[in-house]
This record gives sequence, C-alpha cells and structure tokens, in this order.
Amino acid sequence: MHKDCIYLDNNATTKVDPAIVEAMLPYFSDYYGNPSSMHTFGGQVGKAVRLAREQVAALLGAEESEIIFTSGGTEGDNAAIRAALLAQPQKRHIITTQVEHPAVLNVCQQLETQGYSVTYLSVNRQGQLDLNELEASLTGNTALVTIMYANNETGTVFPIEQIGLRVKESGALFHVDAVQAVGKIPMNMKTSTIDMLTLSGHKMHAPKGIGALYLRRGVRFRPMIIGGGQQRGRRAGTENVPGVVALGKAAELELLHLEEATAREKQLRDRLEQTLINTIPNCEVNGDPANRLPNTTNIGFKYIEGEAILLHLNKHNICASSGSACSSGSLEPSHVLRAMGLPYTILHGSIRFSLCRYTTEAEIDAVLAIMPDIVERLRALSPFKNDNVGWLQQQEKSVLGVGR
Amino acid sequence: MWDYTDKVMDLFYNPKNQGELEDSTEPGIKIAVGEVGSIACGDALRLHLKVEETTEKILEARYQTFGCTSAIASSEALVDLIQGSTLDEALKVTNKEIADYLGGLPQAKMHCSVMGQEALEAAIYNYRGIAPEVHEDDDEGALVCTCFGISDTKIKRVIRENNLTTAEEVTNYVKAGGGCGSCLATIDDIIESVRQESAAPSGNSLKKNTASQQAEKPLTPVQKIALIQKVLDEEVRPVLIADGGDVELYDVDGDSVKVLLQGACGSCSSSTATLKIAIESRLRDRVSKDLVVEAVEPSLL
Repeated sequence: MHKDCIYLDNNATTKVDPAIVEAMLPYFSDYYGNPSSMHTFGGQVGKAVRLAREQVAALLGAEESEIIFTSGGTEGDNAAIRAALLAQPQKRHIITTQVEHPAVLNVCQQLETQGYSVTYLSVNRQGQLDLNELEASLTGNTALVTIMYANNETGTVFPIEQIGLRVKESGALFHVDAVQAVGKIPMNMKTSTIDMLTLSGHKMHAPKGIGALYLRRGVRFRPMIIGGGQQRGRRAGTENVPGVVALGKAAELELLHLEEATAREKQLRDRLEQTLINTIPNCEVNGDPANRLPNTTNIGFKYIEGEAILLHLNKHNICASSGSACSSGSLEPSHVLRAMGLPYTILHGSIRFSLCRYTTEAEIDAVLAIMPDIVERLRALSPFKNDNVGWLQQQEKSVLGVGR
Repeated sequence: MWDYTDKVMDLFYNPKNQGELEDSTEPGIKIAVGEVGSIACGDALRLHLKVEETTEKILEARYQTFGCTSAIASSEALVDLIQGSTLDEALKVTNKEIADYLGGLPQAKMHCSVMGQEALEAAIYNYRGIAPEVHEDDDEGALVCTCFGISDTKIKRVIRENNLTTAEEVTNYVKAGGGCGSCLATIDDIIESVRQESAAPSGNSLKKNTASQQAEKPLTPVQKIALIQKVLDEEVRPVLIADGGDVELYDVDGDSVKVLLQGACGSCSSSTATLKIAIESRLRDRVSKDLVVEAVEPSLL
C-alpha cells in the first residue's frame, strides 16, 4: 500500500506512533538485557517493564500488579476464559454474545465440545443486548460471563457496568474483551465490576504482538502459559521488552489524548457518516447510534457488494473494511451483521470506516468526494435497484434468519 | 486481500458489457434472460442474450451482477466468450474456460465462474422453453454451502434420492462444496446423519417406508423374494443405472441373495463395495438383517 494512503481501517490495526517507535528502539539494541537478570544491565530493562506496567495500569485506572503482559488480544481472551474455568472447576456454564470476536467465540465453541454449556446472547437490529436475556441466563452454575466492551464491526458499545452488576449478583466472573474500547472510552477499574479485561497494543498505535490482561486483585487465576516465574507466574516467558515498552508508551499517549482525540474523531466520523447518508440514496448506518465508539461507522449501501466497493476505494488509495463475505478472506458473511438480522442486501454492501487520531479533514473530504460515484457505478451493474424485485425478495426470504 | 490477475482487475474497473437488453420488436430476434446466484453468497447474475431465431446465433449479450470483483470480471469474460456464437456452441462454454480467460481466479472464487456458466445455461433453457426443476422445500433448511446458497434440506434430499455416499458426489449433484470447499466436512456429517437416519429402527423415515414396515413381520419365502425384487427395482437399480451399471436378481436361497452385476457395475473395480454398500446394506435395512448378497459370475452360468 502506498504510504500516502488514506487509512480508515483503524479497527483492524493502527499505524505505530513515531514516538512509540522511538521509545522502543533502544530495547532492541542498547538495552537488550533480560529483565529477570540480577545484574544491572538486565535490571535497567526490568525497570522499563515496570514503568510500562504502571503506564498501562494508569490508562485503566488499575494497579500495576493487576497488569499481565500478553502477546495480544487473542492471548488475553484465551487466558482469561481458561483461567476463569480452571479456577472454578465445579461450574460448567459460560455466557457470551453472538457478536464476539473469534478469539472468544471459537474458544467457547471448543469448550462446548469439552462438556461446557455456552449461552450466546442475541442482539437486536442495532446490535444491542437485552439485559433481561442476560439475567434469565445467569445461574449458580455460571462460571464466567465474557462480553466485549465495544463491537469491532459496528462500534456498538455494550452497557458493561450494568451487565457487571448482574454478573456480580450471580457470583460468576466477568471478563471483558475491551480491545476496541481501550483508548476510546475512559476506564476506571477501581470503580468497575470487571474482573478481567483484555487489551491489544496494535489497536492503539503500538506494534502487533503485544497486549495486556487486567486481572483484578484477589481474583483466582490459573496461568495458560507455564514456564519460568515471570510476571508473578501468571504468564511465563521472557517479556517482549520492546513491545512492552511500546505498549506502555501507547497507554501514556492514549490517556493524554483520550478526551481531545475522541471528540475530534467523533466530529469527523459524524460528518463522514451524515454526508454519505444524505448524498447517497438507499444506505443506512448499522449499529447503535446512541452507544457507539466515537471512531467507527458502518454503513450498508444497498444493492451492491462490499468487496467491489473496497476495490474501487483501494484504487483511490483509501483503506476501509467490509462486513461482506468476499473481502474477509472467507466466504461467510459477517456473523455480527447477520446476528443483527440485517437483510443480505445491506450486509453484503456494508463498509466500515474506522478513524484514529491521525485522520484529517482532507482525508474525510477525499472519501466523500469519491464514494457517491463508486456506489453509482456499481449500482449501474446491479440487477437489484429496489426491494421490490421478486428475485431478490425470494432470496432474502430464503436465507434470512438462517444460521447464527 | 484476494490475489487477482491483471485481467480480472482490468475487466472489473472497466466493464464494457454490463446492462440490460429490452425485449425486441424486430422480427426473428428474441431476447433470452437467465438468472442465477444466491444473495446469501452475495453473488447474483442476470444474463441477457439477443438471439437470431433462424440461426440461433447470439448477436449480443449483456449482464447485471450483484457481486464481487470476480463476479463482475467473470460476467465480462462470459459475454466476451459467447458473443457471436450459436446457442449450441455457447452451451459448451465451461466455467473453467471463463476462469482461464481471466488468467485464473482464486480457488475460493471459482464459484463466480460457475455462476456465469449457470446463467448462460438458464438463459438458453429459458429460450428453449425447458423448465428448470423446482423444489419448494429447498430454501427452508440451514445454509450449508454459502458459495452456492445450498441448504441442508436440499443436500439431504439429494443424498436420499440418489444414495450418495461421499461429499464429492454431493458436489457433483448440487455443487454444494464446489466453491471454497469449507463445507465439505459438514457435508460428510450430513451424509453420516442421513445414513444413520435410514438405518434407525424407528422414527419418521420408517413410518413413511412401507417396505420396512413389511420387514417387521415374518415373511413367507414368496413375500421375501417379492420384497427383495421391489427394493432392488425401486431403490438400488436407479442408482446403478445412473452410474452406467445395473443389477438383476438371480436367486434367493434362505438368507443368501444372488445377483448379477451388469454394465459398468460388472467390470467396476469397486463392485465388491457396490455389493456391500449399495445392495446388501439396503436389503438388510429393508428386508432382513441376516441377508448376505453375493454376485454370480456370468461366465459360470
């Protein structure tokens, strides 16, 4: 991809902040000691790891001892779920949602084959949960409730603390995959009901391959990765020190910019969204308009297909993402948009634009300038111009509501 | 990101053949339309052909597609391949030729080329007044093959009707699994469930099956032979005939059933499997679990 690309796919990954690159570089070359070593050369690296832990803790309103460094979001989710189950072997029930990331969903599905029962909470057309369904699902046998803070595809934010209060009443542990939310929503673990929380570095301008798991003090934990005694035995393996330093710096910058950057992203996002909706007929926003990440918009452009939109955008050096089957590398349409019950005409033509603090007015203008033409070109090729085409109606009827 | 050839990208960015053909008022000219695809997969194609009735020549072709990059490029390729040819010539165009014209397609996108070939077939069948088979129940089940939008109901039906035993056969019959192939394991599971269902001693399938009901009562030798003959004629022979073979009942002696395998079945290297899977298990299921089927060598008669 050209370096001048307009990058609006920040929920997939983010550019590493130059200040973060600068912070981590010495830990590849000058300060390459092992943080567990007794000598001063390793000790100074150990100090850098501690500082990073404090920086991540500060972003979450947590304590330094509650932070475990991981290889990223997937490991954090896996470790939290497995730890919660190992710590309560008598309980065999898990509650999650239909719209989780595969790092949670696939673990739950595997656990089902190992004798656990899993409740997958449904979502409504806005991608929002029904708390009554959650309450009805909680039993004394529920070991863990694992629910994402904000959805990666639509940006829909779940009422985490309201969920947490219900979870606490039931005596289950509460894990939150906050990979998309950290740095975009203020967090304070001191007043939160969350027991465990996953975050990932590359969603907040740190490199790929580093993340963290918040573990509330006092919550029993069984490590997934066993070896040396690093990180108080909760995650063995010599720390990825440059990554850890980068994550610490990223946390510091996220905290510093949180308020002003998210306000700016929201303003740009809203302008992008409103202008597209107003200028292009037959499109709609997917997700909860009232409870949404400030940087994300997911718009369904009816009657055309997402991959074709993305490739036209790509020709103009614009990077976005699609909820359509064809762009994701698999042929399965987005499980999130399907769970929301969107008709296929919308979900196949859904495009996600996700912004970051580097996004500029000019970039949004460039998208606004090209998008109507792309949609018009593709609609000219489409056999479906409206919802009254018998062929389309028949197919919508036949596939809606099928599968998860 | 998919790895598309330059040809695919060129046709996608610069489509030349998109659009509709209005019904013609010119004498001797007819417009034929074929529609295929699945909204579940995100691919649908409507192909329009302008046909000269005397020569059956395709004077012009146009398409409309709700589809991804490769669906658009495949539609362009198809039109380029068939314009100017006769309907019979066009019917010979395969999806492989469409993919070859594009310099290849990613494996998981091969269904786009199949869709082009199917739309062409649909248009020509429409022109010739040949009605495609319609099965009302096909749309009700859970979606198994997302590439072709095929439900488990349809897959189960084709397995039952044709006694299919492998996922490859299912692909050949309904194309399910012929796109990305990610549902092949599910198709294997469906085959297994249908097999167990048909072998189960109780349940709906049994209630519907008069042959099995009869099998629950002790049969006289004549009844037994008549039932064996009936099962062979109704359930076994159609499958073998479809594969170019056949079977004839030669003799029944107690629980020993002697048959003559004919045609491709007689010379087929898997004829033992045919005997055991297609014939013996079916007769055991329908007539008596003690039956043993043997083939009689024609040369020994």
